[in-house]
Amino acid sequence: MPPISYWLRRLFGHIDVPLLALLILLLLLSLVVMFSASGENPAKVVSHMVNMSVALGAMLIISLVPPQRLMQFALPIYVLGLVLLLGVALVGDIVNGSRRWLNLGITRIQPSEFMRLAVPMMLAWYLHFRQETLQRRDFVIAAVLLALPVGFILKQPDLGTALLISASGAYVLFLGGLSWRVILGAAAAFLAFLPIAWNYLLHDYQRGRVLMLLDPTQDPLGAGYHIIQSTIAIGSGGVLGKGWSSGTQAQLDFLPERTTDFIFSVYSEEFGLLGNVVLLALYTAIIWRGLHLAANAPNLFGRLLSGAIVLMFFTYVFVNMGMVSGLLPVVGVPLPLVSYGGTSMVTVLVGFGIVMSVATHKKLVKT
Amino acid sequence: MKNHYRLINPEEEFHGYRQRLRIAGIGATLLFLVLLGRFFWLQVLEYERYQSLAENNRIALVPAVPSRGSILDRNGAALAHNFSSHTLEITPSKTGGLDETLAGLADIVRIEPGDLKRFRRLLAESKNFESLPIRAHLTEEEVARFAVNRFRFPGVEIRARQFRQYPFGESFSHVVGYIGRINQKDVDALSEDGLLANYKGTDHIGKMGVEKSYERWLHGKTGIEKVEIESSGRPVRILSRTPPMAGHAIYLHLDSQLQQVAEKVLGDYRGAIVALDPANGGVLALVSRPGFDPNLFVDGIDPVNWNLLNNSPDHPMINRALRGAYPPGSTIKPFMALAGLELGYRKPGDTIVDPGFYSLPGSSHRFRDWKKDGHGLVDLKKSIVVSCDTYYYQLAQQMGIRNMHDYLARFGFGRKTGVDLDGEMAGVLPSPEWKRKRFKQPWWPGETVIAGIGQGYSLATPMQLAVATMILANNGTVYKPQLIRAWRDPATGKVSMAAPEVMDQVQMRPDYLEIIRQAMVDVTRPGGTAAASAAGAPYAIAGKTGTAQVIGIKQNERYDEHRIAARHRDHALFVAFAPAEAPRIVVAVMVENGGSGSGTAAPMARKVMDYWLLGKLPEALRAEEVEAIEAEMAESDDLEAAPETPAPLPHSEMSDAPD
Repeated sequence: MPPISYWLRRLFGHIDVPLLALLILLLLLSLVVMFSASGENPAKVVSHMVNMSVALGAMLIISLVPPQRLMQFALPIYVLGLVLLLGVALVGDIVNGSRRWLNLGITRIQPSEFMRLAVPMMLAWYLHFRQETLQRRDFVIAAVLLALPVGFILKQPDLGTALLISASGAYVLFLGGLSWRVILGAAAAFLAFLPIAWNYLLHDYQRGRVLMLLDPTQDPLGAGYHIIQSTIAIGSGGVLGKGWSSGTQAQLDFLPERTTDFIFSVYSEEFGLLGNVVLLALYTAIIWRGLHLAANAPNLFGRLLSGAIVLMFFTYVFVNMGMVSGLLPVVGVPLPLVSYGGTSMVTVLVGFGIVMSVATHKKLVKT
Repeated sequence: MKNHYRLINPEEEFHGYRQRLRIAGIGATLLFLVLLGRFFWLQVLEYERYQSLAENNRIALVPAVPSRGSILDRNGAALAHNFSSHTLEITPSKTGGLDETLAGLADIVRIEPGDLKRFRRLLAESKNFESLPIRAHLTEEEVARFAVNRFRFPGVEIRARQFRQYPFGESFSHVVGYIGRINQKDVDALSEDGLLANYKGTDHIGKMGVEKSYERWLHGKTGIEKVEIESSGRPVRILSRTPPMAGHAIYLHLDSQLQQVAEKVLGDYRGAIVALDPANGGVLALVSRPGFDPNLFVDGIDPVNWNLLNNSPDHPMINRALRGAYPPGSTIKPFMALAGLELGYRKPGDTIVDPGFYSLPGSSHRFRDWKKDGHGLVDLKKSIVVSCDTYYYQLAQQMGIRNMHDYLARFGFGRKTGVDLDGEMAGVLPSPEWKRKRFKQPWWPGETVIAGIGQGYSLATPMQLAVATMILANNGTVYKPQLIRAWRDPATGKVSMAAPEVMDQVQMRPDYLEIIRQAMVDVTRPGGTAAASAAGAPYAIAGKTGTAQVIGIKQNERYDEHRIAARHRDHALFVAFAPAEAPRIVVAVMVENGGSGSGTAAPMARKVMDYWLLGKLPEALRAEEVEAIEAEMAESDDLEAAPETPAPLPHSEMSDAPD
């Protein structure tokens, strides 16, 4: 029987300690904010902690799975995801006007959530698989692999998720060495496409959200209300903030969705610019540590996947903060690891579990 | 075509990747700096502006909670309604000093030590800006006195609140159900259905019974008030208002008098009575005893009462009419007899000789008749009238379990009746397939024999028995039993009737059905098992008694009621409809450990039918009635405003009655 230390090493051996420390700091900060954002509701804080524990456990387990094993799952998971999306399109449940949910009898799932990890995994796997003979055609195929799920999700309609999944695929292609000419060309084409999308493809409510961003005062009690109140909350926080649990915007119910999408406004109102600097610094440190781990990944699949995961993490933070401070249109994106919600918490930490696994399993991998 | 085969130089490729990672990292950091710039703009450069905007943030959107629809019986008597009452509320953060405020208030309104204690507890649990009730149900005089002194009490105000009340208390506990505070599970369910927005400002939701099944109709539509408020959060005036739309009032088929009669006749027994209208499936009475007082639940039940209800061996929280599954016993016999006729196993004149037992061919095991020496020569009609077991042992064996299963299924055995209350059980209509699935065992021939008299695996709920009997009464129409009779739209005041729902039509040869009915009428005539309890009735009753074994009896033992502990006594059953020639009511009675169907259950059904058909109140109720109703009224006047606390126990525990 080996000593306990052996088992501990087996269990925690694939955890990156600096990254874990940074994540835990962020989670602790998140608990502090949650207490205030929930109107000092201890039950909500406890439930937030439960979500965290589950997600950390999932991260630990995933960190133990060697990248080769993950690679084996890439294709089946992707195909399963596509089938589920097809199921949603055919027999999905409609909630709030969008067809996003699939009822499996026991429970309802939202397959688009599932694709957030499945798509970058698939693309990374494909480029890895073809790396010996990589040519332009492969990037076209990869783009098609990306476009399929995005198309389904656009149809639901769920523009926000579609854009985020597109971004995750784009990150893989970018890190995979897509030539700069194509990148710039795609960016130009995207800009040219915007007016067409605006006129023909966007739904009214989506147009409304963008217009509202340009001039929220046009409809201060309707659609623009959330943004105005959130901006007031942030602005009135000043340099030092109004103090923990003392934000008037938050506590008097002017802010919508205080524990989920708009939790940053609560934080920013109560802890001010100083608090924002601390939070952004923490996020920046996590991102750089993540990129550092990705840089040391032993094979192409690992490099592409973990790089894309870290960049997605950044994207969520940026989109959420941009949204609540009135820089970006309202997209339902939670603030990673801070907002209330188990699914998002698990997805993000499982992502970091993959990053850790990829970075620490190198000895076993032949490149 | 030229192919770009690119030979990868791992070293070079790796370098390129790191380069791109670095670019991405720098890009991300730069975008964070953009955010920081935005924050700097908002929080430093524009601080003054936003600061004053927040200070003067005067317009709040306040939900206007709709008033919940009433639940009424068929005659318009309120089974659940709201009453409005003034409460005195304190927002602690806005008072000059809480202790002085409380002391000052005590001079103006009556504040009992209990009120103070409850207030302190709320205070400990509440959040910063919440307004907490200190006294409920203020008198007009107290309201006026406070209005004059209001200036002395910043942070104190009078609010009109609506309270839910169940005037009949225990009598309708399992039907009307109750509302309770919205918990996390309710929130999740509401948000899945996209209804959460409509519950802004609402504290309560239907947890059980009609309150739960018709929650959407009863709740109504929440309105919005644009309110101007002070920077402290206190509302000053209403700027505009989208009024709330009150919930629908719901009329039930129930008759509150009939329900109380049924409750009274059950007395202290555990059991259930279901009465249906055979013309439309309307539920005229649905009683499960013991019950509980739904008023206890409205503002969160206290732990003492909760433990009493939850730990009682009598399980008062279980609706026995829908969730209690009992062996149907001999009440299955009319359906078995009909099956024998319809499937061609019996002709009306066929007779058997009953020696008091039945044995399978080649077996010495005796399936015994309830009458030790047997009933002698028995034809189909007599088999029902005297409830001969041997007849049905033999019939079941000849018919086979599959035919039995398929035929009885038409009468709704083994599946939910679909009544508009939740938590209904399906009972068990056994078949070899069912047994293999449930126990992974083959079917034994002996099990077919006892299934013929409704014993063994067979289980039915009182509601199922009532529905099956209703199908005999109305010539085969399978109505879905329905509590809702009509609803009133609050906007138009229009009352719409709920249409009866026909689930199926059972085809039966009229002459065969007539034989069965006639036999059931003879059950209640001299010589029949229920003759005594039907004596003197001015209308004809078609009925069937049943007695379901709770414990097995050994081969050479006899069932002796007096020797057996109360909990092991047989369940008493009786199903009936009347008047037999043109039925207006169907009744199913189940009395746990009641002894015998003829002695205990049939007299109860008689009293229920007497009231419905003749307007005759049972002796015991007549004198009591006036007093009881007066007492109930008086009680409801003193109803203490329950404290505004979250329910001390999670509702998941309450709603999950053991199966």
